[in-house]
Amino acid sequence: MTQTLTPILAAHPFFHGFDARTLDLVAGCARNVQFEREHYLFHEGEAANAFYLIRSGKVALETSAAPHRPVIIETIEPNEVLGWSWLFPPYRWHFTARAIEPVHALLLDGACLRAKGEADHDLGYELVRRAAQILMQRLQATRLQLLDMYYVDTD
Amino acid sequence: MTPILADPMLPRLYRLQRVHQEIPHTFTLELAPEDGEAIPPFHLGQFNMLSVFGVGEIPLSISGNPAKPQHLVHTIRAVGSVSRALQRFKKGEVLGVRGPFGSHWPLEQATGKDLIIAAGGLGLAPLRSVMYQVIAERARYGKVIMLYGTRTPADILYRRELERWRGHLDLEVSVTVDRAPDDWRGSVGVVTRLIARASFDPARAMAFVCGPEIMMRFTASSLTACGVAEDQIYLSLERNMKCALGFCGHCQYREYFVCRDGPIFPYGSIRELLREEEI
Amino acid sequence: MEANEGEWGERVIVEREHFPCLLTSLQARGYQVVGPTVREQAIVYDTLNSVEDLPIGYADEQDGGSYRLKKREDAALFGYAVGPHSWKQLLHPPVLRLWSAQRDGNHVQLAPEEDHPPKWAFLGVRSCELHAMAIQDRVFLHTAFIDPVYQARRAEVCIIAVNCGQAGGTCFCVSMQTGPRAHSGFDLALTEVVEPSRHFFLVERGSPLGAELLQEIPHRPASEKEIAQAEQVVAETAAHMGRTMDTTEIKDLLYRHARHPRWDDVASRCLTCGNCTMVCPTCFCTTVHDTTDVTGEHAERWRTWDSCFTLDFSSLVGGSVRTSSRSRYRQWMTHKLASWIDQFGTSGCVGCGRCITWCPVGIDITEEVSAIRASETATQESGGER
Repeated sequence: MTQTLTPILAAHPFFHGFDARTLDLVAGCARNVQFEREHYLFHEGEAANAFYLIRSGKVALETSAAPHRPVIIETIEPNEVLGWSWLFPPYRWHFTARAIEPVHALLLDGACLRAKGEADHDLGYELVRRAAQILMQRLQATRLQLLDMYYVDTD
Repeated sequence: MTPILADPMLPRLYRLQRVHQEIPHTFTLELAPEDGEAIPPFHLGQFNMLSVFGVGEIPLSISGNPAKPQHLVHTIRAVGSVSRALQRFKKGEVLGVRGPFGSHWPLEQATGKDLIIAAGGLGLAPLRSVMYQVIAERARYGKVIMLYGTRTPADILYRRELERWRGHLDLEVSVTVDRAPDDWRGSVGVVTRLIARASFDPARAMAFVCGPEIMMRFTASSLTACGVAEDQIYLSLERNMKCALGFCGHCQYREYFVCRDGPIFPYGSIRELLREEEI
Repeated sequence: MEANEGEWGERVIVEREHFPCLLTSLQARGYQVVGPTVREQAIVYDTLNSVEDLPIGYADEQDGGSYRLKKREDAALFGYAVGPHSWKQLLHPPVLRLWSAQRDGNHVQLAPEEDHPPKWAFLGVRSCELHAMAIQDRVFLHTAFIDPVYQARRAEVCIIAVNCGQAGGTCFCVSMQTGPRAHSGFDLALTEVVEPSRHFFLVERGSPLGAELLQEIPHRPASEKEIAQAEQVVAETAAHMGRTMDTTEIKDLLYRHARHPRWDDVASRCLTCGNCTMVCPTCFCTTVHDTTDVTGEHAERWRTWDSCFTLDFSSLVGGSVRTSSRSRYRQWMTHKLASWIDQFGTSGCVGCGRCITWCPVGIDITEEVSAIRASETATQESGGER
C-alpha cells in the first residue's frame, strides 16, 4: 500500500528532490484522504497530528470571530501544504480547516514523521528546512494581508 | 503677440453621459466632449486630469475600451473633495478634462509572450482597458493570465466582467481576497500567492501590475523570483499631481516625473527606489 | 540674445557720467527698467526710474542666516552681491490666474487668461542669474510641454548683465561654473571699474539690441589697460568666493547616500520654512487651486509658487509620501544638486548662496555636501564599510 503512495509523494512540490529511499521512508507515514465539500479536516484546539499535502480541491482556514460569523483567513490549494502544529508541542491546531471544494490529499502522520526525523537526522533536517521555507513565505504573505493594503478611508 | 495663457492647463469641456455604481464608494463615469469632436485616443495606462469647476482637478486613470472611442470612461473612488463632487454628478453635467498624459503599458511588445495582468484593489481599473484590448486581439499573445487581489469579496471590482472573462476558454482569471466571510468559495490570501499557482513561461512572460505600491512591490518581487525579467514587469505609480505637464514638480519620484516619465515604469528602473522610504 | 564672439564681443568704455543714458535709452524704447534698489534694508529688484534708484555706494555682508547692508567708501552702482529677490518672480510669476469659468445651468464658458506683462529691461543681471534663467528655460521651454507665460515673458525681456565686482559672503558660482563672468544670454554686459580718479564701465555687446542701445550712449573702444582692469575686477571676485562646493560626481554621491545620518542632522536644524525655495532662482514648483464665488457660477483656477518643504506637497490619498523634515530636506537638496542633472542635463544650483543667507538657521548647502563627501573619504581611509 505504501509503495503506491511514493510516486504521489514524489509528485508533490514539497517533496521534490527527495531520493527514492527517503520517499519510501516517508511514504510509510502517509495515507490518502479525501473530504467532501463542507466537511472539516480539523478544528481549532484539537490534537494536531497531521501534515496534509493537498492534491486537489480547496481548504479554507478559518477562525471563529464571535459575535461575527467565522472569517476565512487563507485558502490552501492544490500543490500546497497544510499543517505545522504537528512540528512542536503542544501539538494542537490553531485554526479550523474546512473543505470548500471536495479535497483529495495525502495525510502524513505527525508522530510518525517526528519519529522518523529523530531516527534519521538528515531526513529530519530536510523536513524542517522545507517546512521553515514555506512558513517564511506564509509569514510574509500573512504580513501583507495584515497590512490591509487595499483599505482606503472613504469617510 | 498675446499668448493664450495656460493652453496646456486649459481643460476641455465634457458632459456626463452615464454613471454606473460599482463597489461601495466607487463609481464609473462615461463622458463625451461638449464640442462633439473626437476624444483623443489613449494608450493603455494613461491618465487624464478631471476638473470639477470651482472644486479642483485630479488625475484619473482611463479604464474604458480603447476600441470604443465615443466615450471616455473613468472609474473613481470617492475619497477627496473632487472625487466626492464627481460622485454627486448627474447626467448632463459638465466637467473639464485635460489629457491623456503619461507613459503606457507596452502591450505592443508583448506579442507572442505570456501576459500576466496583476491587479490589486482599484488597480484593476486601468488594467481593464488592457484586458479589453487583449481580448480583441487574443491570437497575438501566448497565455493570458489575470490575477486580482482585493480586500474582501464585497470589494471585488467589475465582478460581472471578471466572471465573464473567466468564462473564456483561453483566459485564466484568478481572484483572491485578503479575508472573507465563511460563505466565500473563492481563494483567500494575498495576491502574490496567485503567482505560484499560475502556469506560465517566465522566460517569455511580460507582466503589467497595478495596485497599492506595496502590492506592486511584492508582486514584482515574486515575479522576478519566478524568473520573469525585471525589464518585462511594468508597474503603475501614483504621486501627487497638480499639472501633469512636468511643471509643478509635485509628482517627482527622485529623478522621475511620474506624470511624464510614468505612471508606467519598468520594474528594473525603479526597483531600488521602491525600497527607499519617503522618496 | 546669444553672444557671438567676434562681432559682438568688441568691448567699449562708458564713463559713469554717461551711465544714465543707458536708462534713458531703454525707457525711450518703452522698456520698464527693473533692477536692484534698497528697500527695507535689503537690495531687492524693483522698477527703476533713474540711476539714483540704484543702491549707489552700498555693499552687502552675507553669511549663513545673515544679511546686512553697509556703506561702501566709493560710489559703485553694483558693489554688492545678490539679494533675496531673483528674476524668477517676473518670469515665473508667484501668483497667476490660469483661467476663469462661468456657469449658467449646465452650460460652462471657459475664458483663458491673457497675460500682459510690461516690456521689461532687467538691469544688473548677474552671471549666476543668467545661468538660472537658462536652467528654468530647460524646465519650461524644452520639454514636451511649454509654459506659454514663461515663454512670452522670457522672449520679450532685455537683459543688461553685470559682471560681479564684489564676491558675496555665501557665493560659490566659481564652484558651479556659473560666474562671476557672464558669457552669453545678455544684450549688454557691464563690468564696473571704480578707482579714486575714475569710474567707468567696460561694456560688451551681446545682441543686435545691445548694439542699438549702445549707439545712444557715449562710448569709445576699450584700451588694453582698461580691459585688463576689468578682467582684474572679475578675477578678484572669483578669488574671494564666500563658499566652495566640490561637485565631483555629486549626483552619484547623493543618490548613494539616501540613508546617510547627515540627513537626520540637518533635519534637527531645518524648520521646513521653505525660505530657500522662495529665494532660489531655479526652484520652480507651483500648485494650483480652484476658487469659486458664493453662487458657484463663477470659478477660477490660480497657480501659485509652492515648496517641496510643505507637508502636503507629496500628499496622496492616505497621507503624504514625505512627512519627515528629513525626507523633505533630502528631497530639496538631492533634487537641486543631483536629480536635476538627470532631468534637465545640468545642475539646478548656480551657486548664488541665497539659500544659505536666507535660511533662518543658516543651513549651508555647501557644508551639507562636504559632510556627506567627507564621511565617504573617512570610511575609505579607515578601510571600513559604512
